[in-house]
Amino acid sequence: MSATKTLFDKVWDSHVVHKIQDGPDVLFIDRHMVHEVTSPVAFLGLKNRNIPVIHPEKTFATADHNTPTINQHLPVADPLSANQLRMLEENVNKHGISYWGLGHEKNGIVHVVGPEYGITQPGATIVCGDSHTSTHGAFGAIAFGIGTSEVEMVLATQCIMQPKPKRMRININGKMSRGVTPKDVALFIISQLTTSGATGYFVEYAGEIFTDMSMEGRMTVCNLSIEMGARGGMIAPDEKTFEYVKGREFTPKGAGWDKAMAYWETLYTDEDAIFDKEMTFDGSLIEPMITYGTNPGMGMGISNDIPMASAVQGGATTYQKSLKYMAFNEGDSMMGKPIDFVFLGSCTNGRIEDFRAFASIVKGRKKATNVTAWLVPGSHKVEAAIKEEGILDILIEAGFELREPGCSACLAMNDDKVPSGKLAVSTSNRNFEGRQGPGSRTLLASPLVAAAAAVTGKVTDPRELMEEMVAG
Amino acid sequence: MAYDKFNILTSTAVPLPLENVDTDQIIPARFLKATERVGFGDSLFRDWRYNQDNTPKEDFVLNQDRFSGKILLGGKNFGSGSSREHAAWAVYDYGFRCVVSSFFADIFRGNCLNVGVLPVQVSAEFLQKIFDATAADETTELEINLPEQKITLLTTGESESFDINGYKKNNMLNGFDDIDYLLNIKKDIETFAENTPL
Ligand code: SF4
Repeated sequence: MSATKTLFDKVWDSHVVHKIQDGPDVLFIDRHMVHEVTSPVAFLGLKNRNIPVIHPEKTFATADHNTPTINQHLPVADPLSANQLRMLEENVNKHGISYWGLGHEKNGIVHVVGPEYGITQPGATIVCGDSHTSTHGAFGAIAFGIGTSEVEMVLATQCIMQPKPKRMRININGKMSRGVTPKDVALFIISQLTTSGATGYFVEYAGEIFTDMSMEGRMTVCNLSIEMGARGGMIAPDEKTFEYVKGREFTPKGAGWDKAMAYWETLYTDEDAIFDKEMTFDGSLIEPMITYGTNPGMGMGISNDIPMASAVQGGATTYQKSLKYMAFNEGDSMMGKPIDFVFLGSCTNGRIEDFRAFASIVKGRKKATNVTAWLVPGSHKVEAAIKEEGILDILIEAGFELREPGCSACLAMNDDKVPSGKLAVSTSNRNFEGRQGPGSRTLLASPLVAAAAAVTGKVTDPRELMEEMVAG
Repeated sequence: MAYDKFNILTSTAVPLPLENVDTDQIIPARFLKATERVGFGDSLFRDWRYNQDNTPKEDFVLNQDRFSGKILLGGKNFGSGSSREHAAWAVYDYGFRCVVSSFFADIFRGNCLNVGVLPVQVSAEFLQKIFDATAADETTELEINLPEQKITLLTTGESESFDINGYKKNNMLNGFDDIDYLLNIKKDIETFAENTPL
């Protein structure tokens, strides 16, 4: 057997406590993030078995999924949400877990605050009862979403039981063209692979396009890994990663840092390591993307027409049902379609870079009067940066308001629901039927495309609104 | 949470011949606010099953009296999207013990196995045969034989074998869950924990 390993193998293998013959691996979990929606039944399980949380110091809790994004200082109005929040608070207090609840200065979306405070580290195994846990793979961690039974397992034993996924590498070289963001790169990959193209695999993203990206951009890409069915996605840590991680609250310091670095520097795919599947794309061909259907794989370059049913993979019935729900026709152009809502936010695109991009387009323009815009920072830290960098002034000048952090219209568990039949351009991650509210229709896109839609009131190619780049 | 043991299941099936059925359809997010595992069956496929005024949508398969049974048939890539285990709970609590599809999303498959729903993956051709047989005659029965890992269309006797790892199979046959296993090896886990770098 060859000793060469992929990045994924290195991290996975070093966390296997136990291998079960003809069964899953018992995998040790370094960091467990908990939120109010998928944890109560797990804590109840512990209570019924009368067992404690084994490693509260490896467990971190935040409230984000059902929290309101206005008037967070007031009691939560919805009794069911309030009850879940109360349960979480009770549970974390009982078990001694650090908790950044509503109103706490560190509160925010679980996958935004994890990296911000250094909970997310290279080479770690990270889980959370939320499928977009894959976000943390941007740091070279193995991170993935788990179900509530598994939340209970991790609380009780710090382990889960999972068969080792297969390995896939997605190579993209070239530079991102003008108007193209990491979100477009991810939507492009999903449109090529479909929503099940990476099922059973753990993906490593490699190539110039990813190494060029900021940590925020890498998080956006890894975040969307789950949308092509992958267990998760990761990018090998480099100087940018170490620079980002350094000095954060939960990052190791002093001798601990040196020890961690010694491990982190081994985290790359060996030259002749073998992947079960490799895909290669040319990054320079990627355009600003938009989705037109009811899954994230139904995306295309913004200037294209909606494909004919005969030209797509998979069943025509499902495809046509999807277009019918969206009230679109095969062959339609997306450009110029009037829209009603814009959502900037979520763990996909709720970081400072996303607000910078949005502001770059709306600066000096006005929000279209037919558009309701929800601009929701991923955390209080992002919110503070928006204010410090003067982005808030640009947004207000253009007729926008900023809301308070949370998942918001990404899954519409709070009041931020897109009404039935309305069309929203959203920077979040899922355009499933009703995802943003019963009957809502979602177009997934980048913060630039969202901004262009917000000021024109219709689907618009952001490149038309971008300042000409100064050569040099 | 304990679930009923699974051995051999003979039942009619409820067909949902759509692809990419995501967990937001299986159970929409607004029904995830419970703090106990009760009543999720009522919310299974909520927005496909009911109008916004809570009247049933007549054309949805769960509202058609002709179809019933403990087996749910779904198209390719069943259970994609969110990791919410509530989706698997809703399937189980409604009364299904088995979902048959030609392809499952990873997390949903794992969640099913953890809550006592058996995911049975068959070839696209065999799935189509089952869909056709059920559409033609809703009394068509299937046998899901877990010990032999075999699914049989009882009207014609055609069958296919399906995969499940030995560990999970044993769990399903006995109604065991993973936590029991993990608690048993707690010592090993703790020794391991002392030597982790992070
Ligand atoms: S923003 Fe959306 S995807 Fe991200 S954690 Fe919240 S609900 Fe999940």
